[in-house]
Amino acid sequence: MSNIAITDAGPSTAAKPLLTRLGAGFVSRLVIIVPYLWLLFFFFIPFIIVFKISLSQSAIAMPPYTPVLDFTDGISGFFAGFRELSFDNYVWLTQDALYFKAYVTSVIIAAVSTILTLLVGFPIAYGMARAPATIRPTLLMLVILPFWTSFLIRVYAWIGILKPEGLLNQLLLSLHIINQPLIILNTYTAIFIGIVYSYLPFMVLPLYSSLEKMDYSLIEAAKDLGCPPTAAFWKITFPLSLPGVIAGCLLVFIPAVGEFVIPDLLGGSQTLMIGKTLWNEFFANRDWPVSSAVAVILLLLLIVPIMLFQQAQARAQEQDK
Amino acid sequence: MKSLGSIRRDFAPWNDPNAKPYIQFENVTKKFGEFTAVNNLSLTIFEREFFALLGASGCGKSTLLRMLAGFEEPTAGRILLDGQDLRGIPPYRRPVNMMFQSYALFPHMSVEKNIAFGLKQEGMPAPDIEKRVAEMLKLVKLEQFAKRKPHQLSGGQRQRVALARSVAKRPKVLLLDEPLGALDKKLREETQFELMDLQQNLGLTFVVVTHDQEEAMTMADRIAIIDKGEVMQVATPAEVYEAPSSRFVAHFVGNVNMFEGKVAERAANTTRITGTTGAQIVVENSTDSKAGSDIVFAIRPEKIKVTSKKPADAVNALEGEVYDVAYLGDMTVYHIRLDDGQIIRASALNAARVTEDPLTWNDRAWVSFRPDAGVVLTR
Repeated sequence: MSNIAITDAGPSTAAKPLLTRLGAGFVSRLVIIVPYLWLLFFFFIPFIIVFKISLSQSAIAMPPYTPVLDFTDGISGFFAGFRELSFDNYVWLTQDALYFKAYVTSVIIAAVSTILTLLVGFPIAYGMARAPATIRPTLLMLVILPFWTSFLIRVYAWIGILKPEGLLNQLLLSLHIINQPLIILNTYTAIFIGIVYSYLPFMVLPLYSSLEKMDYSLIEAAKDLGCPPTAAFWKITFPLSLPGVIAGCLLVFIPAVGEFVIPDLLGGSQTLMIGKTLWNEFFANRDWPVSSAVAVILLLLLIVPIMLFQQAQARAQEQDK
Repeated sequence: MKSLGSIRRDFAPWNDPNAKPYIQFENVTKKFGEFTAVNNLSLTIFEREFFALLGASGCGKSTLLRMLAGFEEPTAGRILLDGQDLRGIPPYRRPVNMMFQSYALFPHMSVEKNIAFGLKQEGMPAPDIEKRVAEMLKLVKLEQFAKRKPHQLSGGQRQRVALARSVAKRPKVLLLDEPLGALDKKLREETQFELMDLQQNLGLTFVVVTHDQEEAMTMADRIAIIDKGEVMQVATPAEVYEAPSSRFVAHFVGNVNMFEGKVAERAANTTRITGTTGAQIVVENSTDSKAGSDIVFAIRPEKIKVTSKKPADAVNALEGEVYDVAYLGDMTVYHIRLDDGQIIRASALNAARVTEDPLTWNDRAWVSFRPDAGVVLTR
């Protein structure tokens, strides 16, 4: 049908809609290009720089590594520098058990804190979603409120609460619940408390948005069909809030793995987390290439499972349709 | 034998003084804060009855249903099911199931999982569940949609899944909250008859909440008209329509003309009424109102005849002018402005293709009706 129309009407009329189509395609492509450009300039290019540094050797110089790839010696100098790049730093990471331990500890600490944050955040989000619609904006505001104070100051404040002569111990001592102060500061417990506290809003907000959308008559329907309230929660509410649970867990887990401030301030000097190791390599040892290698591995460690997970989810959605 | 309406009903336990009531609301009151949703209401429903709660939105009919399901507890009074007081029994232990207005299908489960949900809670063995689910799917004609998720179904299919899910457990009573509210007109009419067949075949007691009088009239054995948390009338569809107990019911169900007036003279079977504007009519079915007391005669439009000349044998004939005509295909609706100013709505069934005595706007016309064509209301 369309073939006949084109031959009959001639190329001039056929070309016009084609042009408009191209124009529309160009605009919609431009809209998509913006985030891609953002990613290119603020993620991909910095990543390439870090990756290149991770392939260099540490040096007492400015910048503190060689080779520096530039064109002062012309194209041949650039390629000569290129040949000096090696994976030595990555080999080094496997040879010193410190790094492996730091990665594993970080992942474990992040995983445990994520679960703890979920356990604390779910009831909060559930309560907010079931609250009268009139007070929900206020509750939401209260969740976001801590962001208005500096993150660093809030973590410092926890030192005042958790230290042996701090507020918590004073309270428990005065209530005669304990006889001697609890040692919380500079332990893993303090790190967990710090991470759960700091990242709670990132868990609560996605959970709230998925719970708030849920139709409460589903719970009534489950009860009506003979399901007691707790079973109804596990069979209906929880599965339906899974997208929120996953989003919240990723939002907490990813930054928690690389967390540096909280283990440094609350966990004391002996805690071994990859963020702190990275900081030490960079600022204390001034070994930019090794710290870059640590950062690249950390990135792969986080990105690969997330990408696999997202792919699985997309496939599940495809099957649903 | 004469009867109200055109249907003879053989199933009428409400007329049998020895029939055992199945569901009883006894002086039930429900308050939400200051608001009284249900006010000292009593109601009896019999086994295998198709019972409709009809009323405008906010009249308390849904609250009645939710109290029966166990989602709300009465503030005062009690509800009995098969002789058992339901107070304190949570919804998941009541032998009733509800079909929700929103259908409330579990979006993360397939059609068959939705239907099997209640059976699994009961602890039914897996092979039996499978058999029952297959049976239910066949009943609602959705066999080939068993593996679909609710969002992949049309509105009508979803409604049938909700129905299958709520009857799968064979409840003593099925509660239906506006079951056809979300369907388009044609589908709604089909589904009404399907629901009636289903109720007959399964032998269940149905309590349906609706604001659609046609739906209630079509399906129900009896209708309770609810207004402001109180029962206005409980009767068969024919009684509600032909013998409404009050002006509210007469107005709420169908169209009606009201002659306001005073009792002029009472004979053995008939009452002569003088209208507020002086017109005189004679009616049967009168109450024992004394001469001079205020009275209303309510008559349905289809019981009024419209003619261009005064009918010779008519007891009641009033003259006026055609104010509006609407041809609807199956019938024609006339609005006649009587000479005293009152506007009468009359409708004529177009039983023949050709009309002998056609009328048009501003024609002189007579309206006439038999003395037993309407009811006298005092409330």
